[in-house]
Amino acid sequence: MKKDQYLIEKNGNNYEVVIGLEVHAQVLSNSKLFSNSATKFGSEPNTQVSLVDAAFPGMLPVINEFCIRQAVKTGIGLNAKINKKSIFDRKNYFYADLPQGYQISQYKDPIVGEGSIVLDLPSGPKTIGIERLHLEQDAGKSIHDIDPSSTLVDLNRSGVALMEIVSKPDLRSPEEVNLYIKKLRSIMRYLGTCDGNMQEGSLRADVNVSVRKLGSDKFGTRCEIKNVNSIKFMQMAIEYEANRQAELLEEGGIIDQETRLFDTKKNQTRSMRSKEDAHDYRYFPDPDLLPLEFDDQFIEDIKSEIPELPDQKKDRFIEKFKLSPYEATILVSDLETSKYFEKVIKNSDVKLSANWITGELFALLNEKNIEIDQSPISPENLSKLINLISDGTISGKIAKTLFVEMSKGDKDPKKIVEEKGLKQQSDPKELEKIIDKVILDNPDNVQKYKSGKDKLFGFFVGQVMKASSGKANPKMVNDILKKKL
Amino acid sequence: MTDITNLTLTELVKKIKSKEICSKDITSNYIERSKSSKKLNTYIEETFDDALANSKKFDSKPDLEKKLPGIPIAVKDLYCTKNVKTTAGSKILENFVPSYESTVTQNLWNSGAILLGKLNCDEFAMGSSNETSHFGNVLSPIDNNLVPGGSSGGSASALAAKLTPATIGTDTGGSIRQPASFTGTVGLKPTYGSCSRYGIVAFASSLDQAGPMTRDVKDCALLLEVISSFDNKDSTSIDFKRPNYFSHLNKNIKGKKIGIPKEYRVEGMPAEIEKLWENGKEYLKNCGAEIIDISLPHTKYALPTYYIVAPAEASSNLARYDGVKYGFRVEGENLIDMYEKTRSQGFGDEVKRRIMIGTYVLSSGYYDAYYLKAQKVRKLIKNDFDEAFNKVDAILTPSTPSSAFKVGEKMNDPVSMYLNDIFTVPVNLAGLPGISIPAGLDENNYPLGLQLIGKPFDEQGILNIAYSMEEKINFKLNTSDWWIK
Repeated sequence: MKKDQYLIEKNGNNYEVVIGLEVHAQVLSNSKLFSNSATKFGSEPNTQVSLVDAAFPGMLPVINEFCIRQAVKTGIGLNAKINKKSIFDRKNYFYADLPQGYQISQYKDPIVGEGSIVLDLPSGPKTIGIERLHLEQDAGKSIHDIDPSSTLVDLNRSGVALMEIVSKPDLRSPEEVNLYIKKLRSIMRYLGTCDGNMQEGSLRADVNVSVRKLGSDKFGTRCEIKNVNSIKFMQMAIEYEANRQAELLEEGGIIDQETRLFDTKKNQTRSMRSKEDAHDYRYFPDPDLLPLEFDDQFIEDIKSEIPELPDQKKDRFIEKFKLSPYEATILVSDLETSKYFEKVIKNSDVKLSANWITGELFALLNEKNIEIDQSPISPENLSKLINLISDGTISGKIAKTLFVEMSKGDKDPKKIVEEKGLKQQSDPKELEKIIDKVILDNPDNVQKYKSGKDKLFGFFVGQVMKASSGKANPKMVNDILKKKL
Repeated sequence: MTDITNLTLTELVKKIKSKEICSKDITSNYIERSKSSKKLNTYIEETFDDALANSKKFDSKPDLEKKLPGIPIAVKDLYCTKNVKTTAGSKILENFVPSYESTVTQNLWNSGAILLGKLNCDEFAMGSSNETSHFGNVLSPIDNNLVPGGSSGGSASALAAKLTPATIGTDTGGSIRQPASFTGTVGLKPTYGSCSRYGIVAFASSLDQAGPMTRDVKDCALLLEVISSFDNKDSTSIDFKRPNYFSHLNKNIKGKKIGIPKEYRVEGMPAEIEKLWENGKEYLKNCGAEIIDISLPHTKYALPTYYIVAPAEASSNLARYDGVKYGFRVEGENLIDMYEKTRSQGFGDEVKRRIMIGTYVLSSGYYDAYYLKAQKVRKLIKNDFDEAFNKVDAILTPSTPSSAFKVGEKMNDPVSMYLNDIFTVPVNLAGLPGISIPAGLDENNYPLGLQLIGKPFDEQGILNIAYSMEEKINFKLNTSDWWIK
């Protein structure tokens, strides 16, 4: 058993949890997969609906080439096989928010085949297999809680392009799921193929969970938890579900292969439908669309548009800037963070920049619950702050005060230093004056120090800093104090 | 001016261009005759007032450069027409008014034609006798109590009864050619992909094609030239150089090789059909063509293949008629109840039968045995034709295995009804162009048609052969106007 392995323990038996994810990622595109309707989130209901989206008689789907490019791009970002021929199928079922009575999806021949994602676990890298990526239409939205007697339907989302990204059952813990989703999201954001916004539903997942006794190499029966829309809920659902299954097995029960729902109020999963009740979707190739075919040149053209991805960027940061793998991983995990970092280090010390971003800045963003691109402190001003430390103008302690001041409105730190007189005292004569006074005022402690109580050195430093209102250059204070004592 | 309705389309165009007659004269004559021909039940929706207004508008500023200048035309009610009720012969669309125009009808109006009304057809084009329409069966002008064929029965009847100078139908398995054969008129199904399917109520997407129905071959060439166009709103539309079919019409077919497929000599075929075919060969020989015996070995599988593929696609295409968005709805206790009541009452028996067949053949466990196998056979049927066209320029067959039958004769025997399309169905499965021309009469003086099948995109080839045969056959359609009070 590995040290950091996630296991469910029941009656002294350890169960390993096996997880596979089907992520639905909305393709970043101004128009829908088979129509030219807009895809803007949060628009008035039914204002982004074409005759095709509403399935009027005689209306036909026409593929949006941009969405194809986005899917291929994502496939390349997942180190995956790109299928030069793929087929759109109809998945047939009736529902009020599915105007055609079928969803156009890809069944047997998806646009993207096997690929992989590397997770940075504390124990080292772990590769998670990608089974496939296919394109499909989103459905509309049924709204049950506005009108007491009817269901209302909003078709704005109907026909929006989704990428369904199916992982292999390689994930083993809620934490791995967290890292997987974040990594996938990060790759797609780097590529500009999905904004990854989970609040707006741009990224949701069906979670397949099974358990097996530790050491067994056979998969247990899995349950699919449908449409979970936050990492936190995914983790809670997995934990609940894994415990439920392990308990059931311990009681001598068997797991039914079924589809379950996660109830976010009770933090429980509950059965939605069993395998026997599963829909027969009657998939068949959509006769309104020809097979999707493209050549190597098409793929090469898209490859040439691929930016530096998180893994490559991380390697570069480690090699070029001598960052630790840990620091580099954090700084590249989000495209905006990495951009921020690269802006700051243009004119500033790399190590200090990394520390300040992952330390003070992240804490500030967390506290304000905002993303780095909304940071109240611009990379230019953070760079200036760091330079003020590097050239000895201010102490680290003053810098922290200054940082708080800057966060209230993106002010130039140099100006604050001048206005508030926060400049570090580095004039040896001035410092000697203060130090002399401290020594004179504390004869007892001087005596004790000289008789061997080394720890008291810190007391003198503290007194000097206090007397200088924190502005004294700490290094110089140290040097002079040592001489004088 | 009663002679006007006796003129062919080409003659009308000539006379209007030479200003011998005006659009209003033509239009009012057709309106008058249509009004006195209600007994045939050809129209579902009459747009006579608008037609008359449009003809006057045309006359006030005639554009004589157009191909169909001021020509009134009634069309099959499967074409969506902007602001004009479009029912597809079904109760479920009985009050449906599209806000859009099909590409094919738009091509008509762009060429100067004027909409006269919407013509009856079998419900969703499913039928071979125009008896499945929610709006009642259509009678053939050929004889009292005779079916006009189907599904474009209203079109064929209106054309033969001279209620429209020409018309357009749709052909999924013979729906243009069989009624043309029954009514002594010319009907052409173009190569799949020639005419846009945009705005045509879909029956079976991989088989549906729009096509002209006219009084003679010249008219057919002219009308095909108008309606055939590449359309990027239909992904299966094919961008090929479309010739000027009309001006390229040529009677010289000397040296053309015409194939006679032995498999079309089906068991139980009446002697008069056999004789008709023999006569056809003679006409061709007299025109200087060479007759070659060929084999299309998979012909016997065509009908069963068609009755898997077409219903499968139809079952999915018709899922959109669910009472949610537009069309007929019966309120229910809940969503499922609403679906069931709406579709039970909204669809007729033949449509329900085909939805059930289609649903069945796509179901899991049956898909491979039926749908997949049918697709493989379809390929073999296509290969048969490809092979044959290495040896011949066109293929001659009877259009139907019998002449028109009585109303009600086959309604309780769907299989016998389906057998009517035995010679036309293979052409749709292979996506080829086919034309039916009147070639003789049976013992009751009911018309019989011969079919010419061409290579893909060689509409010109079969039009030329038909043109040359037409002269030799010299068929005259005589109706006694028995239906006019």
